[in-house]
Amino acid sequence: MGGMKKLINDPADVVSEALQGMAAAHPDRLRVDLENRIVYRKDAPRPGKVGLISGGGSGHEPMHGGFVGLGMLDAACAGEVFTSPVPDQMMAATKAVDAGAGVLHIVKNYTGDVMNFEMAAELAAADAGTEVLSVVTNDDVAVQDSLYTAGRRGVGVTVLLEKIVGAAAEEGRPLQEVADLARRVNDNGRSMGMALTSCTVPAAGKPTFELAENEMEVGIGIHGEPGRQRLPLAPAREIAAMLVDPVVSDLPYQQGDSVIAFVNGMGGTPLLELYLMYHEVAQLLDRAGITVARSLVGNYITSLEMAGCSVTLLKADDELVRLWDAPVNTPGLRWGA
Amino acid sequence: MGVDSFVSWLRDAAGSLHENAAYLTELDSAIGDADHGANMDRGFQAVVGMLDETSFGGADELLKKAGMTLVSKVGGASGPLYGTFFLRFGTALAGADLTPETIGKGLHAGVEGVLARGKPELGDKTMYDAWAPALDAYDAAVAGGSDLGTALGAAAEAAAKGRDATIPLVARKGRASYLGERSAGHQDPGATSTTLILESAARTLS
Repeated sequence: MGGMKKLINDPADVVSEALQGMAAAHPDRLRVDLENRIVYRKDAPRPGKVGLISGGGSGHEPMHGGFVGLGMLDAACAGEVFTSPVPDQMMAATKAVDAGAGVLHIVKNYTGDVMNFEMAAELAAADAGTEVLSVVTNDDVAVQDSLYTAGRRGVGVTVLLEKIVGAAAEEGRPLQEVADLARRVNDNGRSMGMALTSCTVPAAGKPTFELAENEMEVGIGIHGEPGRQRLPLAPAREIAAMLVDPVVSDLPYQQGDSVIAFVNGMGGTPLLELYLMYHEVAQLLDRAGITVARSLVGNYITSLEMAGCSVTLLKADDELVRLWDAPVNTPGLRWGA
Repeated sequence: MGVDSFVSWLRDAAGSLHENAAYLTELDSAIGDADHGANMDRGFQAVVGMLDETSFGGADELLKKAGMTLVSKVGGASGPLYGTFFLRFGTALAGADLTPETIGKGLHAGVEGVLARGKPELGDKTMYDAWAPALDAYDAAVAGGSDLGTALGAAAEAAAKGRDATIPLVARKGRASYLGERSAGHQDPGATSTTLILESAARTLS
């Protein structure tokens, strides 16, 4: 294994310099608080609108900072690579986006993220009287024994949730309704991912885990947490089944169900392969009698330069599809606006 | 015994965590995400910076400020856990004379904060596996008439045993829990940093 080969200056400056880049690239849509490492929608706070905040470790771009803008998040807090942001950041963001309608925290289920957001919500309520509700995403079916672990991890559904709930908040719906919708999206979504290669955290300088040339890890998390099993590399058709089957059987998704189907790249896999995977996934769903109402293919919740993909399904009724189709204008996702 | 002893404790703990940063990170890379040493070092260096700039009238205010600094600077799960420990410890000492009994109450309040925040059970392979036996040993020593330094020495020894006992355990909390059986055979980084902090207390508070 050779040294680290990355487009960086100093490992210690990766996050702040990337945030400076976002600010420079999207001055029309974003405002970046570099000191607190918060990406804001340029016109936040919006009067009468529930504020939506998410955040987490860096290294998953475009999530979350790339999903800030019209129809999605009002603010995103960036932590160090793969490390949760701290309550000061979330409190500052919460106060800044609260326009009197309250704030929803969208939190992926990782021990550090959950604890830091909990402290921030307690402190914000005590300090400024801001009404804060939280929703925790936990859609990763790879974690089987969730009673004896920190629970299922929040992965692909987080992207779909931020889009759908963002559209609902944009319509001016009240906080409780927005939070209920967020929980409904999480409850109806499931994901499973796999890795072809490891990834290197800049500060660590070496790969998070080792994977041999002819191996893959099925059920991987987005920080290189181990999956269900390590297997010999297989054709895409077989890998698609390894991801789709446990997702479909978990909810379960049944014949006649309509879904939003999301094939996500981990950061190091070309779109050519992601579309090839989507083809396999679509065929499997078709055979199971599951209708794809909408689809999303691309790198949206990544794990640095890891090669691999994840599959997310969200059972979608007319309302969710309508909110999915609503205008969105963020660096990472844009249509209709 | 006054606020200066607590200042010495935090400075000594910062030094110990700095010296052991690479070791903590190595333990964390086996079953976590390889950042515990760097995170604790960054947090306690920030505490030292705060101590250089501020003087405190009481141990309660000092510990609360240290807790807030850790919450702000450590990140991950350790930030809220250690931050809450020192916040609650400080809050419990407000208006109290510093005796082995009141400091014991403060330690208990701090560890109850850790319990509320992380909801660990004994044997989950977390820092609580060091805190719990440490509190028992401290209480027993104080009940037997030991002075503060001796009681903290007993607590540190018990924490070290608790830390060593995490090695065969299967993790049930935090990122290590995703490893399942593969987490057995590794010493818990959180129980290790807790032991360092208590060993430092035994050296400085008496």
